[in-house]
Amino acid sequence: MIELQGVRKSFGKNHVLQGVDLSVARGQSMVIIGGSGTGKSVLLKCVLGLVTPDAGTILVDGQPAATKGAGREPFLDRFGMLFQGGALFDSLPVWQNVAFRLLRGAKKRPKDEARAIAIEKLRRVGLKEQVADLFPAELSGGMQKRVGLARAIAAEPEIIFFDEPTTGLDPIMAGVINELIREIVTEMGATAMTITHDMTSVRAIADRVAMLHGGVIRWTGPIAEMDTTPDPYVDQFIHGRAEGPIESVR
Amino acid sequence: MNLLSPLAALGRLTQGALATVGRIALFAADAVSHLFRPPFYPREFLVALMQIGWFSLPVVGMTALFTGGALALQIYAGGARFSAEAVVPSITAIGMVRELGPVLGGLMVAARVASSIAAEVGTMKVTEQIDALVTLSTHPMKYLTVPRMLAATLAVPVLVAVGDSIGIFGGYLVGVNRLGFNPATYLANTRAYLEAFDIISGLMKGAAFGFIIAICGCFYGMNSARGAQGVGRATKSAVVAASVLILAANYLMTEVFFSA
Ligand SMILES: Nc1ncnc2c1ncn2[C@@H]1O[C@H](COP(=O)(O)OP(=O)(O)O)[C@@H](O)[C@H]1O
Ligand SMILES: [Mg+2]
Repeated sequence: MIELQGVRKSFGKNHVLQGVDLSVARGQSMVIIGGSGTGKSVLLKCVLGLVTPDAGTILVDGQPAATKGAGREPFLDRFGMLFQGGALFDSLPVWQNVAFRLLRGAKKRPKDEARAIAIEKLRRVGLKEQVADLFPAELSGGMQKRVGLARAIAAEPEIIFFDEPTTGLDPIMAGVINELIREIVTEMGATAMTITHDMTSVRAIADRVAMLHGGVIRWTGPIAEMDTTPDPYVDQFIHGRAEGPIESVR
Repeated sequence: MNLLSPLAALGRLTQGALATVGRIALFAADAVSHLFRPPFYPREFLVALMQIGWFSLPVVGMTALFTGGALALQIYAGGARFSAEAVVPSITAIGMVRELGPVLGGLMVAARVASSIAAEVGTMKVTEQIDALVTLSTHPMKYLTVPRMLAATLAVPVLVAVGDSIGIFGGYLVGVNRLGFNPATYLANTRAYLEAFDIISGLMKGAAFGFIIAICGCFYGMNSARGAQGVGRATKSAVVAASVLILAANYLMTEVFFSA
């Protein structure tokens, strides 16, 4: 359902993506791994049209991703995205952040209902009701991340992107979030693309794994094959070895 | 070669400045095109109106008060050279409403508001909040730029009107207390020579300046480079651009209004 073919993106002399081919089937949970700075976040932003690729095609359900015009909003309405830094609106209280989509636009609902949904989503990411009326600046980094997650899933999108959902969380909370992501995929039937460095997370969330390295998808396969693949890059990455083909100074 | 390089540098600078003005103009046209297309965000508009209009009152009021006072002193000193001290009330009022009220008010609001808009929007840009808006199917132009543009275009003329009154009052205070004018005569003279278009032209300038201020703030904020330095540069550029454009627009509008 999501198809990337030959996607390229450079920032000046920094050639980040150099021909990425990847496809994610409907209802599948794809996890993208790779060293920091390899362009994982840029890749997700290309799909959403937040970054314009220099070359290549991106298809969602066989249609080119709508980057402008009348098709743009319906296209975006299908997505939810958790940003790496949370990207909460600091002028709005937490619950209005979570319910942002439910308070305006095509999915607008009465305020009370939107608030109730927001509180329910906050509970699912392990946050108490009292948090709802705080402002993002009053929360810890890990709490902000979880509010961002609640916002991404609030309108129950078909396709959800998670950029490092468990970074900055304690192991227990990370476990809760991993389970939640798994649940969203299996129960709501959503298609998910998750970026993570956390191998526990990879094993908990992934149906398939793709490794981004050197601007291309170095390896992709079902999670079951990740441990047995002979690919030295994947092997080095999942075991966190300093020695190997991936340079430790990048 | 060496002789020409300063010229080349000047040329590049001019070219760069013109290109920037062009990009700001395109941005402004885009913003205006979103003004009439739903969805609208009335809550954002009201917040912007408070931030830009209400909270700028003290700054604009103080500026106008001191300017009006100084203007009366200068006109008195100048007028005394050909025994025309009697013109103080009317020239103070005309100078205030046609020129100094809108220009100084506009510059003060530019310093206060263009900077805060650029810093806020720029921070939103570098912390991916603008990307987040987009993924939540909300157009940043409609949600961020249009409310601020509308609020500033409506609020600055009102600020100018308030500033005009306070400035004239400042002139009155100086005229009556320091220059020995009779209060009733001062007021009568102020009214006698002031024409409606003097005031209206100043308010129109105010609207144009408000528009420039909001557009510059949003433009530089949305194009902010990454990091704290990026936001700092965006803020500085927004104030500089808004101030220069206000002065240029003031000259052009004065030509159009009064050069017949
Ligand atoms: N807007 C941008 N402008 C310039 N360079 C960028 C931009 N976004 C990302 N980059 C660069 O692209 C590279 C990949 O970034 P990113 O996708 O965030 O890495 P990661 O794989 O850790 O998520 C980095 O070198 C980063 O500096
Ligand atoms: Mg990243």
